[in-house]
Formats: sequence, structure tokens, C-alpha cells
Amino acid sequence: MSLDLATTRRIAKLARIGLEENELEATRQKLNGILGWIDQLAEVDVTGVPPMVGTETETLRQREDKVTDGNCRDALLACAPETSGPFYTVPKVVE
Amino acid sequence: MLTGLTLTEARAGLAARKFSARELAQAHLDAIGRLNTALNAYITVLPEADVLASADAADARYAAGTAGIMDGLPIGVKDLFCTKGVRTTAASKMLAEFVPPYESTVTANLLNAGAVFLGKTNLDEFAMGSANINSAFGPATNPWKRKGDEATALVPGGSSGGSSAAVAAGMALAATGTDTGGSIRQPAAYCGIVGLKPTYGRCSRWGTIAFASSLDQAGPMTRSVADAGLMLEAMAGFDAKDSTSSNRPVPAFHKAVGKSVKGLRVGIPAEYRAPGLPAEIVAMWEQGIAWLKAAGCEVVDVSLPHTRYGLTTYYIIAPAECSSNLARYDGIRFGLRKDAPSLDGVYEATRAAGFGQEVRNRILMGTYVLSAGYYDAYYLKAQKVRTLIKRDFENAFENVDVLLTPTAPSAAFAQGENMDDPVQMYLNDIFTVPASMAGVPALSVPVGLNDAGLPLGLQVIGKHFDEETVLSIGGALEAAAGFTHTPSVHAGAGA
Repeated sequence: MSLDLATTRRIAKLARIGLEENELEATRQKLNGILGWIDQLAEVDVTGVPPMVGTETETLRQREDKVTDGNCRDALLACAPETSGPFYTVPKVVE
Repeated sequence: MLTGLTLTEARAGLAARKFSARELAQAHLDAIGRLNTALNAYITVLPEADVLASADAADARYAAGTAGIMDGLPIGVKDLFCTKGVRTTAASKMLAEFVPPYESTVTANLLNAGAVFLGKTNLDEFAMGSANINSAFGPATNPWKRKGDEATALVPGGSSGGSSAAVAAGMALAATGTDTGGSIRQPAAYCGIVGLKPTYGRCSRWGTIAFASSLDQAGPMTRSVADAGLMLEAMAGFDAKDSTSSNRPVPAFHKAVGKSVKGLRVGIPAEYRAPGLPAEIVAMWEQGIAWLKAAGCEVVDVSLPHTRYGLTTYYIIAPAECSSNLARYDGIRFGLRKDAPSLDGVYEATRAAGFGQEVRNRILMGTYVLSAGYYDAYYLKAQKVRTLIKRDFENAFENVDVLLTPTAPSAAFAQGENMDDPVQMYLNDIFTVPASMAGVPALSVPVGLNDAGLPLGLQVIGKHFDEETVLSIGGALEAAAGFTHTPSVHAGAGA
């Protein structure tokens, strides 16, 4: 499969990476080079093979249903580039 | 020469009070002061007063008889491990000012064992790269030079290139690394040191900045195989905060080194004899086989039929997980922020400005292989091929105890080489990626120099949670090779 410019633009939008128009073609070529290489996977027969999720060395555990990571609001907010009182700030999203 | 010791030697010297932890720390701070401008191995060096205060505390514990297994040992920490109150950048503009309010489990374990942190070592941005050239803080440089060519700067490997350069040059006794597809083993081989990627689940991933969560694993980078065992003991252990952490007991790994390897079965995978493999790599591999035979091992030919799909599978799964993990860098909660009139605009401007080219490309690739219409063809397919790769290892390990392969298909290359074609760069990881896909432990041991005077490494791959046999075989290779070379840029050189 190979990428066209419209698809490259769509992926950049999905990934929320703002690519300039003049960066799109170079990006498309880079990704296409890699895609051409990984297309060799098509030749592997995986009929009846289950997908491997993680490395399957441990089974998932359950833990007690209680809050274990709370009470550090101020420390977390201190990492934010911009805050207002106890809140993160974003541009206005509702007109 | 305090900067030339192994962890084991330094630990013994401290315990016998031949020198103090303060003297040891000071010698390393001096070495960093002399060499870091040339090698750029550290992104952040801790304030001298803080380092010496840690060393003094270690000296007090030695005096009180309460010293831990890493007590007073000065080490570097890859700048991917969150360190409380110490800037943690992942070598990205995105996190250039990020000071974590918490300590990663691995570094907390090392601090509990008494280790003295010198600073945060350079890496490829978010651990994505094989040459440490993708760092927002400039490339780290290999302290080794080609014979008769001191001018050409070589890469230290990647992504843990700052760690490998620092350990090789005498700027730390050891360092932490992380390995997703070879990021501990390949730089260890390029810099002539030992690097161990443990079994997936051995070391907690909590507080280590995530790249590809089903592959990321922390491990030690050291000057001897016994040191790798010692440091892994300190780093490993169950952690309830990582859902993939193993609750198996942590053995006394360093005791596995020096154990007889007589009668152990060593597999030589036919598929690793890749066409075009340089003669010097083949010769070193043959030498390793001869050494293990002489040590009493039985050498057996094995087949891992899906080896050639390891890299391609990796370059679907790792970018997919990367695109998901790096979605958190949104300019709102932490890290860089670039303002724009809309919320989407903030995301797009922040991520365009904060991520370097390679990281952007991998996020885009991952977004593509996970997107509607392509998920089955790429991501699901890759997960199925990953099952086949893991089965290859399981089948091989029914007949052998370990596998022996080269670590990398070449010695360190020059900065600027392999830059234009990403696939060419990815091929550096051809021998390390399959063990990552399967989650099995793998060790790189320096065994010799090539004609240009650069170090070469051999890789020992073991069964899940059998680091001990890997370390025993690694110890046998180390003893046979007697690798004592040091690079031309070194704390001890010209001093």
C-alpha cells in the first residue's frame, strides 16, 4: 500500500501534529519508504495464529478497589504549562 | 584509577575503606567536567553539592555497617527515568523543562540500594533511534575512535548512547538503560561495555517515560558481566504500580557469573547468518563459538524461521504503541505548550514544535497502522507474526539453554552515516529486535576489536526469566575474551 498526500494530511490531523503544507510531501515519501519495506509481512501465513498481546509472561492482577494515587493535586498542577487556580486551562471550546 | 573500576571492585574498596564514596564521586564529577563537552554523554549533571551529600550518606552507612548492595557507587541514569525534583527530558524539546514530582520505581530501587546518581544521560528522543543522533540536546559521541582517525566522530549507538559513552569513558561506573528493540545491547556493543536487557516484566516500567509499552524494559549497562548481575538485583523486583511487573523472586544474579557452563547447550540460529554480514562479524561469532566449546558447552544449530520478519513486525508494533503513548503530550497538563486560538490548534502547534522528526514520523506511522481500514492489514497482522516469532524462540529453547549471536551487524559508524534512509538505520537492530519481540532476556558482551580498533559484541539470548544462565554464559565469554581495552577518550587517558 502506498500513501497519497490526502491520506498523509489525514493521518497528521488524526495524530494532531501540525504539518505545514511544504512538509507533507517529504513526510509522505519517508513514510512510503518504510511502508514499502514492511509490506513484506504480507507473505507470512498467519492462518489460525492468535495475535500476541504484550509478552504474555504474567497474568493481569486485580487490586483492591480503593484510591491509591490521590492527594497530589498541587504537585501535578505544578507540571502544567498554564493553570488557573486548581484548574488546567485550555482555549475557549464552547462558543 | 577510581574511574576505571568495576562496580564489584569499587564496592569491595568502599567496604574495606580503601577510599571513600566521596572520593569516588569526586573523581567521577572531575571526569565529567573534563570530558562531557566532547562527548555530550550527560544532558544534566547533578549539582556537585548534591552528589557529594549522597556520597557522604553512603560513607556514613559503610561506617555504621548498614551499606546496601549499590552503596556509594556513582552511576548515570538515562534521562528517560523520572527522577523526583531533577529535570527529566527524554531528550525532547517537549519535556525540556519537565521536573517530575515523583521517582521511577527503578531509580527508587537503586537509591534504596545506596547508589549515588551523577546525572541524567543522553539518548535518542523518547528512546527512538539507534545512534543517539535524534536528541534535542545534540548527539552523544562515542569515546572510541577508528585507528589513525581521531577526527571522525562515531556514534555511541542508541538509544541509550549517553549511558554507554559515559560508562566506556570513565564518567560513571555504570548506568541505567532502557531497551525496546536493542537500545541497551547495541550501544553497549558499540562502546565496548556490557549491556543486559532482562526478561520483560523483571524491572518495573513505572515512572519510565513510555515508548512502546509491550517492549520497553530497563536494564544495567556496566563494565563486567558480574556488575550487570549485581545492578540488576538492585533494579528488579515486583511493583504493584506496573500491571506487567513480574512477582517472581529476584535471584542473586551476580552469583551466576563464574558458574561452570560445562554441558550447557548453546544454539546457533541459522537465520542470523544474514547475507552480506561482514567477515569480521562472522569471524568474531566463530571465535565465540570456539570459546564456549572450549568451556565445555555443546553447540547446536537451531532455526528461528521468522527472524527476517522481526524488524518489520517491530516497525509496526512499536510505532503503534508510540502513537498511543505519546498522545499524552498535549500541551495542557505538562511539558511544552504552544498557544493557538483553538484547542486543536494548541495540540497541533505544541506537538509540531515539541517532537523531532523521527518521533513525528513514528507517531504518524503508528497512527496510520492503527487507523480504520488499515488496522487488520498492519497492526493485527503484526501481532500474529509476533506470536510466530515468540514460538520460534520457545521451540528453540526446547533443545538449547541459550542462543549465541552477534549483537549488531557492524561496529560503530560515523555520525552522519546511515542518515538518509530510515530503513538502513533500522537494520542496525536486526539481531536485537527478535528477543525484544519475544520478551526474553539478552546480554551483549564485548569480546574483541575489529581491524579499525573498534569494539564488537556478542549477544547471549536466554529463556524467559533465566537471566542466570545468560549471565553464566556471558561470564564464560568474558573470561575467554579478556577484553581490557579502553577507548582513546577516557578519564584515565593522558592524566
